[in-house]
Amino acid sequence: MVAALNAALRDALEGDPRTLVFGEDVGELGGVFRVTDGLQQKFGRERVFNTPIAEAGIAGICVGLAMAGWRPIAEMQFDGFSYPALDQVISHIAKYRLRTRGRVSMPIVIRIPSFGGIKGKEHHGESPETYYAHTAGLKVVVPADAIDAYRLLRLSIDDPDPVVFLEPKSRYWSKSQNGPEALTTDGPQIGVAVVHLPDGGDCTIVTYGAMRARCLDAARSLAEDGIGARVVDLRSLVPLDVETIRRCVVETGRAVVVHEAPLTLGFGAEIAARIMEEAFDHLEAPVARVTAPDTPYPPASLEQAYLPSVERIVAAVRRTVEY
Amino acid sequence: MSRDIDDVSMVQILAPDGTPTGDTEVGLDDERLRDLLRLMIRARRLDRECMALQRQGELTVYPPFEGQEAAQVGSAFALGPDDFVFPSFRELAAAVVRGVDVVEYLEYHRGTWHGGPYDPIENRFAPICVPVATQIVHAVGWALGAKLDGKNACALAYFGDGSASEGDFHEAANMAAVFGAAAILFCQNNGWAISVPLAEQAVAPIASRASGYGFQGVRVDGNDVLAVYAVTKTAVERAHAGEGPTLIEAMTYRIGPHSTADDASRYRDDDEVAAWRARDPIDRFRRYLSDAHVADDAFVHECETDAARWVSEIRAKLISLEAPAASEIFDQVFTAPPRTLERQRDTWPADG
Repeated sequence: MVAALNAALRDALEGDPRTLVFGEDVGELGGVFRVTDGLQQKFGRERVFNTPIAEAGIAGICVGLAMAGWRPIAEMQFDGFSYPALDQVISHIAKYRLRTRGRVSMPIVIRIPSFGGIKGKEHHGESPETYYAHTAGLKVVVPADAIDAYRLLRLSIDDPDPVVFLEPKSRYWSKSQNGPEALTTDGPQIGVAVVHLPDGGDCTIVTYGAMRARCLDAARSLAEDGIGARVVDLRSLVPLDVETIRRCVVETGRAVVVHEAPLTLGFGAEIAARIMEEAFDHLEAPVARVTAPDTPYPPASLEQAYLPSVERIVAAVRRTVEY
Repeated sequence: MSRDIDDVSMVQILAPDGTPTGDTEVGLDDERLRDLLRLMIRARRLDRECMALQRQGELTVYPPFEGQEAAQVGSAFALGPDDFVFPSFRELAAAVVRGVDVVEYLEYHRGTWHGGPYDPIENRFAPICVPVATQIVHAVGWALGAKLDGKNACALAYFGDGSASEGDFHEAANMAAVFGAAAILFCQNNGWAISVPLAEQAVAPIASRASGYGFQGVRVDGNDVLAVYAVTKTAVERAHAGEGPTLIEAMTYRIGPHSTADDASRYRDDDEVAAWRARDPIDRFRRYLSDAHVADDAFVHECETDAARWVSEIRAKLISLEAPAASEIFDQVFTAPPRTLERQRDTWPADG
């Protein structure tokens, strides 16, 4: 996935001379995850540059650069370090278009390596998606694999409005079976959920990011026991593809939501509420949630117990099907 | 607690009584000097009208700038047409100088729209900015963008003494220095951050911080319009020449309350206000122009009549402003509203 993201940034920098890539350590080093590897060497220090360690400043200069006609692609080094920028993101980036009566758009992408699963230290395994999804005016995009990471990042950069792009760190080193020709912006756009194993007729598993792989493992395991589960990869939390969720739940009558973030007011709460509004009459069982507990992210030795496991997802689907 | 208002390290050209204390040759001809006075008179008349309009229920909360006319008019007057202003929320006088449509600007205080009711790009005047000090970072970003474009233009951010306590001030100043951005950080030190006096915000002069970031800082008598103009003009010229940022601390005073929702008598003495009234920026400049035979009493009278006429036209337009269509708050969040939002708009408020 790192290579796909790198290719997306490279192609965007090549395709649009108004794009800029900046953040902490994105220059010579290529970012702590190497997502920006080689970009400064190729595009120069004006288009790809290091910033001081100042997350509010990084988000804040995005506003001024956008007003000056640039398309900033900023990197926050880690999820847990992105919080100082929230004031600029919430108070300005998200609201600017509305505040200026549509006269000034903010074509900004803020990339944030996010979520857990890499045995990180504290503050390196956060799931910040709900903070952004709850902020009107932001799009929130979460890729689950390399091919989609390329597509979604390119589409986010082309988007005229601000996108918070959450990269699942635990998928950074996942390999794609496909060659570079598979890297394209064709295919499902932002706001379109993709249904995997669409023949699964007993239960709909709704998820995003790194959890998609676990949900697919769970679905395959369930299939061996004759339980058909399909997996809806949301890909973007805002805009939310309510129609695909509705259709799948109508067809399966059951739904399980899976995410890495803690339970309370996690994005699963929104999904469950939407399903209630859209497909209540079709439900055969309550919507189940498989999430992290309402605790801060644990130390590395406990993270696999903390994150939704294949076993927990399987058990939740079974309970829902047998309800 | 009060400040030493006669700080010797401060740039000053005119004493409070209008007597020159420095070089009055700042590169403005008589016509432009009269423009400065006319603009300050207009600004004050407008500010007082806004206070009245708020008391009459025609405006929501309003933050008056009386006493700060020289700081705002002198600095905005020094900018070129391509330069960009990033205001906080008290810079109506600067907006007047920049030619922002005042009725559009006041939509904000009328409550018919948020902080960007005018066209910020066209006016080179960013939206009114309430989150304290955040606009300073925007100015640095804009200046960086202008530099990348090879443009000969600078950004000027207005902020108050209280804002200088925010982390965004520091991040903006440091980034401006590191990027060599053509940004002017213009602090209107009006002595009070709502009810907190300067002594409880900062120990050292705000201007002195610039050296820590590696650029020039200057303290200026903010009620001396010539001095404000001169130091800002120098900063603009340095910025245009690629010599980077400047921090200007204009020592002025907020004669009125923080806003119409504030009661300044709870935290400061009338004596302090009276001392600053004696340093009135308009009186000072009027006396100087009169002594220099640039503007007589008849000119001042003409300015006042003109300001009254201008403000009454603004008032008439302002009080006829109505609430916008509610659909606008849905339609302008995104360039293309997502289906979920369109649905909320189309059913609003029926299913709340």
